[in-house]
Amino acid sequence: MSHEKFMSTREAVKRFVHDGDSIFVGGFGNLYPFSLAHEVIRQKKNLTLVKHSPEILGDQMIGSGCIRKLVFSWLGNPSIGSAHAFRRAVEHGVPKRIELEEYTHASVTGMLKAGAMGIPFLPAKTLFGSDYPGHHPQIKFMDCPYTGERLCLLPAITPDVALIHVQRADAEGNSHAWGILSDIKDGAFASKRVVVSAEEIVDTEVIRRDPNRTLVPGFMVAAVVHDPWGAHPSSAQGFYDRDNEYYLEYDRETRSRKDFEKFADEWIYGVENRKEYVSKLGRKKLEALKPKSYKSRPVDYGWYS
Amino acid sequence: MVQLMPTARHRGRPAVDFTPEEMMVVAAARELRDRERVFVGIGLPVLATLLAQRDHAPSLLTIYESGAIGSRPSRLAMTMGDPALGSRCLAILDFFECFATMVQRDFVDVGFLGAAQLDRYGNMNSTVIGDYLKAKVRLPGSGGACEIAGNVKRFLIIMPHDRKRFVEKIDFRTSPGYLSGRDERQREGLRGGGPDAVISTLGVLRFDESGQMYLDSYHRNSSVGKVRENTGWNLKVSPKVRETPPPTEEQVRLLREELDPKGIFLRKPSA
Repeated sequence: MSHEKFMSTREAVKRFVHDGDSIFVGGFGNLYPFSLAHEVIRQKKNLTLVKHSPEILGDQMIGSGCIRKLVFSWLGNPSIGSAHAFRRAVEHGVPKRIELEEYTHASVTGMLKAGAMGIPFLPAKTLFGSDYPGHHPQIKFMDCPYTGERLCLLPAITPDVALIHVQRADAEGNSHAWGILSDIKDGAFASKRVVVSAEEIVDTEVIRRDPNRTLVPGFMVAAVVHDPWGAHPSSAQGFYDRDNEYYLEYDRETRSRKDFEKFADEWIYGVENRKEYVSKLGRKKLEALKPKSYKSRPVDYGWYS
Repeated sequence: MVQLMPTARHRGRPAVDFTPEEMMVVAAARELRDRERVFVGIGLPVLATLLAQRDHAPSLLTIYESGAIGSRPSRLAMTMGDPALGSRCLAILDFFECFATMVQRDFVDVGFLGAAQLDRYGNMNSTVIGDYLKAKVRLPGSGGACEIAGNVKRFLIIMPHDRKRFVEKIDFRTSPGYLSGRDERQREGLRGGGPDAVISTLGVLRFDESGQMYLDSYHRNSSVGKVRENTGWNLKVSPKVRETPPPTEEQVRLLREELDPKGIFLRKPSA
């Protein structure tokens, strides 16, 4: 087995995320690729972000000036309120103006599905009766040639690179993930390159013994990095809980540009990598976020002779 | 299987002491029926759904936007993608499947929505205050609200009641209610039934044949006058308007002691 794809987070971002790229980030509450996103911020890239709910990961990238365009459907701090950097960018152009291409959850996810399927668009029953299509002429409608029903056509999105975080992967990028997976698979399949960070790097035999759990096969993966706690402050099902205190603190401590910069200096620029970030979080915090074990029963795929 | 959950609908003494938010959760729970498939939102809708399951709808099936179906969360969920929803559930669909094969495919009976602005036809704005290109206040956006409003059999709107929110004209139509009249929906291609009720901090409002909102009941410490005062148009009032039946003591106890013991979504009454 070659290990050409296995590298540091810094190298993976340097080699596979380029200025001007459109990037997709996977996850929803669970498995946001925060460690990869923080490295993108440290390398000061200038990007289009494609994500239905970028929540505070997107907010941090916007506040750091890494995003010139956002393709999205919801951006807030879940169950808390506003994402302050996003609001500053849209309302006041601070730290810079961002272009918005705004849809709804079903439309963004349908556009990625079309990209993942290699078709130019996907018909859907969405966006009717809403003001969004008026702002985005690329959304078209048609009457179904079979039933006459009114359909909304969602044009395919094919991001340049997908950043995803999973529970375990082998050195080739064959990736196992579980829990709430959201759009990770469609986003990875729609993208030209995939960068995977994982809680654990495992032997390929572990993957082979449970292939139904493989979300993304390694052949489409460009780089694999080992970043334990790489989804913090979001959760990694079975590994750690969502850090609710962090989300509350982020709400309180990023209300002005100055405060945001202080926060970013401490938690993003102030650490070299995820390892330093994790030691900064401290053992007490880490222990508090670990769930009790609640194992599923193993399945038996059988050995055939 | 042994039925473990009590079905104590309308049983128990009415509570004397309850908060407006507790009233809202109880009023919303009453709108849910047993065996319905409910698309749940975080916050008060989660509590309304959990309460309905404990109170009168033990076989109600929850569907979360993150794709978790039939979750039995060990603690309150803080986000749609909360790992507490991804453990102990019946199925987890991915995001596309959840919208395409649940919402679009017609499997959802009831949805919950909230908004920053609402008009008399139940059209909602959760996108922007001011002009879209010159936002005065930029809000988080639709999320799944637009397609929930468009596709589910009926939906409930839960929100605070004041003149800033209940407005004559919304600044942006994120999610459709009855547009400008009940029969407008079909013409626009919308298949779902539209808004069924609005549960506000002041009362319960419903929609007449023309698709316009009217006041059906006002909560304790509210009144017809207070609701109308806090509504930005000349609100219709049902000839049968009455006080919203208060929660039972048991419902308040369930909310305070079991469903939200830390007071995350329901502030405790000030002592």
